[in-house]
Amino acid sequence: MRHPIPRAVFSAFALALVLSACSSGAGTGGTTAPTVTADTKASFPAGSTMARLQQAGKVTVGTKFDQPGFGLRSPSGEVQGFDVEIAKIIAGKLGIAPTDVNFVETVSANREPFIQNGQVDYVVATYTINDDRKKVIDFAGPYYVAGQDIMVKADDESINGPDDLAGKRVCSVDGSTPAENIRTNYPDATLTTFDVYSKCADALSNGQVDAVTTDNVILTGLVSQSNDAFKLVGNPFTEEPYGIGLKKGDDEFRSFINDALEESFGNGTWAAAWDATAGAITGKPAPEPPTIDRY
Amino acid sequence: MTTTVLFDAAGPRGRRNVRIATIVGALVVAGLLALALVRLGANGQLGNEWLILLDPSTDVPQSLLRALGSTVKAAALGILFAVPLAALLAIGRLSDHRWVRLPVSLLVEFFRAVPLLLVIFFLFLGFPILFGFSLGTLWALVLGLILYNMAVIGEIFRAGILSIDRGQSEAAYALGLRKWQVMTFILVPQAVTRMLPVLVSQLVVLLKDTSLGFIIGYVELLRQARGNVEFFGSRYSLQLYVAATVVYIAINLLLSWLARRLERRRRTRTGGAAKIQDDLAVVDPGQMAAGADAHRV
Amino acid sequence: MNVLTDNAGLLFSGFLKTLQLSVVAGVGALIIGTLLAGFRVSPIPPLRAAATFYVEVLRNTPLTAVFFLVVFGLPQLDLTFQNFTYAAMLALTLYTAAFVCEVVRSGINSVSMGQAEAARALGLTFRQSLREVILPQAFRTVVPPLGNVWIALVKNSSIAAGFAVTELTALVGRLANTNASQVLVVFGGVAAAYMVITVPSAIGVNYLERRVAILR
Repeated sequence: MRHPIPRAVFSAFALALVLSACSSGAGTGGTTAPTVTADTKASFPAGSTMARLQQAGKVTVGTKFDQPGFGLRSPSGEVQGFDVEIAKIIAGKLGIAPTDVNFVETVSANREPFIQNGQVDYVVATYTINDDRKKVIDFAGPYYVAGQDIMVKADDESINGPDDLAGKRVCSVDGSTPAENIRTNYPDATLTTFDVYSKCADALSNGQVDAVTTDNVILTGLVSQSNDAFKLVGNPFTEEPYGIGLKKGDDEFRSFINDALEESFGNGTWAAAWDATAGAITGKPAPEPPTIDRY
Repeated sequence: MTTTVLFDAAGPRGRRNVRIATIVGALVVAGLLALALVRLGANGQLGNEWLILLDPSTDVPQSLLRALGSTVKAAALGILFAVPLAALLAIGRLSDHRWVRLPVSLLVEFFRAVPLLLVIFFLFLGFPILFGFSLGTLWALVLGLILYNMAVIGEIFRAGILSIDRGQSEAAYALGLRKWQVMTFILVPQAVTRMLPVLVSQLVVLLKDTSLGFIIGYVELLRQARGNVEFFGSRYSLQLYVAATVVYIAINLLLSWLARRLERRRRTRTGGAAKIQDDLAVVDPGQMAAGADAHRV
Repeated sequence: MNVLTDNAGLLFSGFLKTLQLSVVAGVGALIIGTLLAGFRVSPIPPLRAAATFYVEVLRNTPLTAVFFLVVFGLPQLDLTFQNFTYAAMLALTLYTAAFVCEVVRSGINSVSMGQAEAARALGLTFRQSLREVILPQAFRTVVPPLGNVWIALVKNSSIAAGFAVTELTALVGRLANTNASQVLVVFGGVAAAYMVITVPSAIGVNYLERRVAILR
């Protein structure tokens, strides 16, 4: 079939698309992530989770598929982002090649059961370490510290911080820490929860909610996709240390992951992963790596 | 069609009225459409955003096609298992033995009473706790589709079996056939062909229900459309959701069309099928057709 | 403590939300669906065509897609629902109306042709014969299948969980997450809550089915 669209218009559009995709860092023409190499010489004590995974030669990791910069599934099915790179770095230390890391989608509401059931080996999914969650799972890390922030329409001057949310309709994701934070600490805000942030973004652009709140890094990604329709308030009001979720009580595996993270902090792979993914969106250099919490 | 009895063939005046109503109706529809287009245009929804659906360099058309494959795969697996199981359940529910009838009835009624979405969610999150292994997204979805649809289709088959003239089974028994023979050779085949239109409607429902895979992250057509919205931003959401919807409608109409062809072929083969349809209306006036219709929501 | 008793208030509000969605959408769908069925048997071609088009489109569209289009598509036509419960009610109404229409239409077709002929012979108009003769009889035939549509509607309301309505299924996500060790209990409790509505409805439908069958 002949294309019904004039060629010039078509290629202009394609070009615009590629350009916008580049600027968001999320598109097909975005930056390429550094290659992680598998550590083939690693050896682990028999019976440990590490030995089992190394033996299997593959690993299943839970991550988000809808968060630009951290975990975003492209139309071709490839998952990209900082969380994805972190997951690959850990897998590499287990002697598992990046191509053998199987990413499955975890939404906020099913991360804990996923880990408990052993449906994933670990979860890297913008996953805030907190005491409630530590009751049922364990966390390695943190590997990044985000802060809860607010996204509004670009022309909205009325919301500059969480206290301005009183009487406003604010959107977040069910089962996430930001949603719980609003529910308990800002009860005057009307909270709307969807299962994924993309629906919050849709609701914001339609004026069905006044603001979207979650961690600043996630919002930055959404802002970058919005064609300047949204903006970030830029006033983070919590600290959200992102950890790697794993089965409760697997201390060996936890310290292994912590070691792997610390090594990546030191040798530059962590910063390189940041620059290629989330950093490409924020346009800021990699921050100082956080301190690992070996509780 | 019985409906033609409801009104006379229109006379000159009636024809004029109908013509006027036709024009007015068409104008109203056209007006609404125009209004919708104007508003879409005013909201900037008639621009280049639609081209994303055709531009292979974005990978969008390919991804939707692949996702359609996943939709069809889940639906096909669901149909493959649900239909034979449904026949078994229908037979079981008509069993002479209480110990067969009762558990089968409970099973059927349970899956008819609980939302499929909840069943799928459970198979994904609860199943591993109970059985110690995970089904994965495809099979959690497919198993949910099987469990729900075998119950519903089982009821369709049962209604079909019950609608068959008792003389059929009496004649079969008189010939010395056993109960299972009467079921498998006489009643079930007739019930299946008789209920074919309703069965196909339910299969359309099954295909649509693959979209419930969103709750467990199975990437089918609708989830892929959403994934593309997540990748390219919410300014493409109308385009991508409309595209997915159109594909669903097209494939479901295709399925219904195939079923009608099948039905027609069967008719020409058996000759008296038109009469079967009439029988249906007489034996069980509309009720079965209407009742069975309702299963396919 | 048990996750169900701890969250009894939340679960009850979820149950009420499910019931509210179902009842409002059920009434709406009954009205629109009956109207559509009237259109589908009417002598005016554009009405017939419009109703047929509506039914074919809605019946072949996944409810999830209907939700997407109502919640996020209609705002592009400047029809924005500020309240997501209303949007969910509309989506469920529009979808279910197509099925109500089909049930009522087959009900109309089930009324024996002699009835329509007699009505016409008495000189009743299209509207009169439909209102006085056909529909009253058709409705009795369609009550059991409409009951089934109602049950399906109750279950279908679960899809609103994905669209910012905190009904029963949405609570599964929330409670399963905070009580990961009691996932089975959460599922059981919510399934039971649905069955509080669906099982009595199913028993009612069966009863009506039998009554209608005896009457015939």
